[in-house]
Amino acid sequence: MKSRYLREARDIFENLYSAHNRALVELATKNEKIVSCYADFPPGEVGEVFQKQFPDRIIDVGIAEGHLITCAAGLSDAGFIPFTHCHALFVLGRAYNQIRHNVAYDHRNVKIVLCNSGVIWGGIGPSHLAIEDFAALRAIPNLVILSPSDAVSAEKATSAAADFVGPVVMRLPSVAAIYPTLYTNDFRFEIGKAVTLRDGNDATIIATGILVNDVLQVSERLEKTGIGARVLDVQTIKPLDEEAILSAAKETGAIVTVEDANILGGLGGAVAELVTERDPVPVKRIGVRDQFGESGTSEEIKECYGLTSPVIEEAVKEVMRLKRRY
Amino acid sequence: MREMGAGWLGGSFSSADFIAALFFYRMKHDPKDPLWSERDRLIISKGHSCEIFYAALAEAGYIVKEELKTYSHLGSRLQIHVDCRTPGIDCSGGSLGLGLSFAVGAAMGAYILPNEKNLMATDRGQRARFRVYCVLGDGECNEGQVWEAAANASHYKLDNLTALIDSNKFQSTGPVEKKMDMLSLAEKFNAFGWEIKEIDGNDMRVVVDTLDWAITVRERPQAIIAHTIKGKGFPSLENTNCHFVKMTEELLKIGLDALAD
Repeated sequence: MKSRYLREARDIFENLYSAHNRALVELATKNEKIVSCYADFPPGEVGEVFQKQFPDRIIDVGIAEGHLITCAAGLSDAGFIPFTHCHALFVLGRAYNQIRHNVAYDHRNVKIVLCNSGVIWGGIGPSHLAIEDFAALRAIPNLVILSPSDAVSAEKATSAAADFVGPVVMRLPSVAAIYPTLYTNDFRFEIGKAVTLRDGNDATIIATGILVNDVLQVSERLEKTGIGARVLDVQTIKPLDEEAILSAAKETGAIVTVEDANILGGLGGAVAELVTERDPVPVKRIGVRDQFGESGTSEEIKECYGLTSPVIEEAVKEVMRLKRRY
Repeated sequence: MREMGAGWLGGSFSSADFIAALFFYRMKHDPKDPLWSERDRLIISKGHSCEIFYAALAEAGYIVKEELKTYSHLGSRLQIHVDCRTPGIDCSGGSLGLGLSFAVGAAMGAYILPNEKNLMATDRGQRARFRVYCVLGDGECNEGQVWEAAANASHYKLDNLTALIDSNKFQSTGPVEKKMDMLSLAEKFNAFGWEIKEIDGNDMRVVVDTLDWAITVRERPQAIIAHTIKGKGFPSLENTNCHFVKMTEELLKIGLDALAD
């Protein structure tokens, strides 16, 4: 059984950043408080549409990520809802104190979009490849952390972030690459809810971001061999959908987590923390194994970092072997 | 300070004159409506100078004077650095170098008019909905982000933004020129595109006149370098590094007697 929101064919490819900006233009049309902010980061074609339509509501502060975040907190004090855009790693590294102090602690209605997250995009080398964002940001109270997996969920997550009153971080992959669209247009994004994309009772693959597509392929392939691998798309890293994860632990007894981020403290860490405390079952974490990223094509990087379908498939079989009832 | 048995005495007393002038003379605000959208903002970037700010909030009526006695107590709204859980405080302090960026964002917001090119316009006059004042320490100006904010403020021609630099010549562990000498802050702000005034920050007449001057400036943010005396009003402590001092009953008496004179 699969979710009614899962498209039959994954034959449309779109960029998540464009989808996010498309949503932002639509939101800005309805709500004059929406402001789009940059730290010398390319807005992309759709972002430029925003600029043309709302010239007074686009702010670029130059190469100053720390200032960008505190300045956004000030804009929110003036009554606006700022969305900030820049490289994930730079806002995380340069503005950690600002995110913690000016946004999270003061509970500011600021939306921080982490662009070019993860290692898979290869991008322009290790200096630009953010692996630690989930771990670092999960430890800050008050923050909501979203991680959409395709263009439709990115668009809907943007609207949900705007509607939510309070600090939100949204993680996006490469702002240039295109990824298969998984969801139908009537999908409803709910903050704090994971989506069960495919059902199954032998194991659960809990994934986030662009690797959800690979996980779906693994689940489909396993089904043909008689293994029912449930697929949970965790689109909110914090607050974690504990109910869905604990149900998966109880009903399937084995979990594999998959993410384009460091497994230390990331989605894998969060799931392991939860199930070991509440309902211990075998958990295998697939993700970046505490290494820095590097340049390369996405396919080369996935191979090199063990983020491919065969690795995920083998992990599912391994956790099934470790189950208590076996 | 009596409640905590200690306090940020030096910086609170050096900035007392211009905090009073802002609260009770220049700023447009309403203690009965702390979140009034059109209010002028006062951002205390040197967030340790909270005691003078709390005293001003109580005097203005944002909080009742009785609440001052809860300062530093567990659960109190009056934390040991300014905190936006207190009515009248927009930005929590404690982490230095952030407040001017916050003030820049708020000042930008005062100029944003939906579907117009107002924010970057050169002929916008002074259509800002409100003004923003930001108090920084001279030691705090070591922080790099202050200068990111300074550059951004003049780039956006934020003439509704006034920075007051409490130049009391001492930072946490010593004289500012011994820690990292920033040389002339006035020249620096000027080079970043700000209008500047250097004044005696403990002369109320001069402070008031300078605040009146600031609102007449167009298209440039204003920096007021207020040369002040650390611990002003405590004869035994003036011009010493009394950044955070133990508040004995004896010291309290000296201070209260001096204030009474």
